[in-house]
Amino acid sequence: MRMLKSKSVSWNELRKSFRPRVEELKFSLHRIKKSPLSLIGLSLILLFAAIAILAPQLAPPERIHEPYRIPRDGYAAVPRPPSAEHIFGTTEGQYDVYYGVIWGTRTAFRIGFMVVGATFLIGLVLGSLAGYYGGIVDEVIMRVVDIFMSVPALILAMALVTALGHSLDNVMKALIIVGWPIYARLIRGDVLAVREEDYVSAARAVGCSSPIIILKHVLPNSIYPMLILASLDIGAVVLIAAALSFLGLGAPVGYADWGQMVSFARNWIVGPPQNPLAYWHTITIPGLFMLFFVLGWNLLGDAFRDILDPRLRRR
Amino acid sequence: MEMKAYIIRRLLLLFIVLLGVSVLVFAILSLFSPAQRASVFITDVKQLRDIQEIIKKHGLDAPIHVQYYNWMKTLLRGDLGWSKTAQKPVLEALFYFLPNTAELALFSAPLIILIGIWLGSASAVHQDKVVDHTTRTLAIVGWSLPTFWFGLMLLMIFYGYFRGLLPPEALGIKASLYVKSAEFSRYTRINTIDALLNGQVWILLDALRHLILPIITLTVVSCALVMRIMRSSMLEALGGGYITTARAKGADEATVVKKHARRNALIPVITVSGWLIAGLVNGVVITETIFNRKGLGWWWARAAIQLDIPAVLCAVLFNGVLFVVTNLVVDLLYVYIDPRVRLR
Repeated sequence: MRMLKSKSVSWNELRKSFRPRVEELKFSLHRIKKSPLSLIGLSLILLFAAIAILAPQLAPPERIHEPYRIPRDGYAAVPRPPSAEHIFGTTEGQYDVYYGVIWGTRTAFRIGFMVVGATFLIGLVLGSLAGYYGGIVDEVIMRVVDIFMSVPALILAMALVTALGHSLDNVMKALIIVGWPIYARLIRGDVLAVREEDYVSAARAVGCSSPIIILKHVLPNSIYPMLILASLDIGAVVLIAAALSFLGLGAPVGYADWGQMVSFARNWIVGPPQNPLAYWHTITIPGLFMLFFVLGWNLLGDAFRDILDPRLRRR
Repeated sequence: MEMKAYIIRRLLLLFIVLLGVSVLVFAILSLFSPAQRASVFITDVKQLRDIQEIIKKHGLDAPIHVQYYNWMKTLLRGDLGWSKTAQKPVLEALFYFLPNTAELALFSAPLIILIGIWLGSASAVHQDKVVDHTTRTLAIVGWSLPTFWFGLMLLMIFYGYFRGLLPPEALGIKASLYVKSAEFSRYTRINTIDALLNGQVWILLDALRHLILPIITLTVVSCALVMRIMRSSMLEALGGGYITTARAKGADEATVVKKHARRNALIPVITVSGWLIAGLVNGVVITETIFNRKGLGWWWARAAIQLDIPAVLCAVLFNGVLFVVTNLVVDLLYVYIDPRVRLR
């Protein structure tokens, strides 16, 4: 009997303690429904997610073991316009544009998630260490951050890929090396601000250890800006990776990658004199996929910024 | 006196960050294998047999700190190595390619900043109205545009569809031949400025015709950032107490926006503009590659593809130094503009 009672009390308390969070969540959902831009962003991302998941059904690979290799229909250089057989036409070297953009969606998600996931974690760990411990730890980490941030991302990534070797994996490695400092800087600032709050001192007074304080009290209060940044960053990372592939530093020739498909189109932006836009599909289609993918993440991040940040939301 | 101390502290910090950048560049260099690094010294295929000797001779297998010391010594002598893509020593190549990039930056940077400020403040003044929604949406789309794709689309339309209306490269054939001839004296090696100094209007027009598309590409993609910062900074300024005061004193809305709010809102924009000018090089790599303008970005992109190690390292070093120096200038400007910073 006593056990039961104590259980029900704790359940009630649990519910009570969760109520504000549930309320907040409801409020957030309400705001998302109210904001058309965030709905567009969300639908774009869901659409691309569906394309990525259903890629084997939408564009069945010819070679099961190498699904990312775009099938070729012959070896002629001149692109062919859209037809029943190739609904988006073929690009230079007869690579099928439809197959390339469908499987390229998977490549884009992989690059975005892997790079942002890794930079997020590295930035989170180093940034919270710097912010929480301060002193020499802070000084060293933040000076390294300064140095990394003093070189434009594309240039630094380009140099790193040159050094590591031209490949998609190395593009991802380079983008991780380039990307983490901005997260570290952001989380450090937030940790610094939160560290002085009364509830952190209270937690320390009750005897919580440092890692527990960081995990349970500091991070939940500074995680929103990181999530917003991450959403915006997925778009930015995919753009830089595509730019590197476009320059010829990333995906190997014939790999399903939007940036590379645009670089295939580079020699065909001007058609024959009687029909200057003859090869429009080679460049427009992969480019639009890229634009809408990035746009989706940016709209989502932008909406998150207004909706999730408790300091901005009720303005 | 305080100002002097501040500048000295900043210069000291500048030195530390520059040292850090040099370590970063060296770290990238040491990612290459000794054989790859030795290949820089090879001018003849026959030398390939003696690659081990070359590695020894240049100390490429020495302990890392010794290598850094040696590398730093050559660097400080101004010897950045030989760029095989430019077929010139790196330092000479840097000055050779700089004018074309500087020209592009000279035209785009003011445009980016002015358009960004204008759109951002218009958006903030009409918060949550049609103007605001339109500019914000446009900014997000501009921000999401892949630079290289946008540039190629512009070429497809204005070079392809309109039959060579706005062509790629820096100058037309006739103009570039004339520019290279003895009749044309090169003062700055920036085409538009030299054309003016030589009084050759047709060269100026030709150069401008080739500049329009790269400028549009860079501006559309970059001005979203300035616009966004200006908007939020303007919103903050419009909420300030002095705005209420000004309105209470009977100032008309135009005066309030222009004299009171906008001036204060510009302060954060200066910082961002500083980053932007340093970061413009990011966009320049892509833009110059697409439009085949032989500038720094074009050179670096080719260098990265052809494993031209000295040129790639030069890119990192140049941009690091550019960023650090721009930041210093911006911070000093800050002190000059904002009295609140000066007092601290």
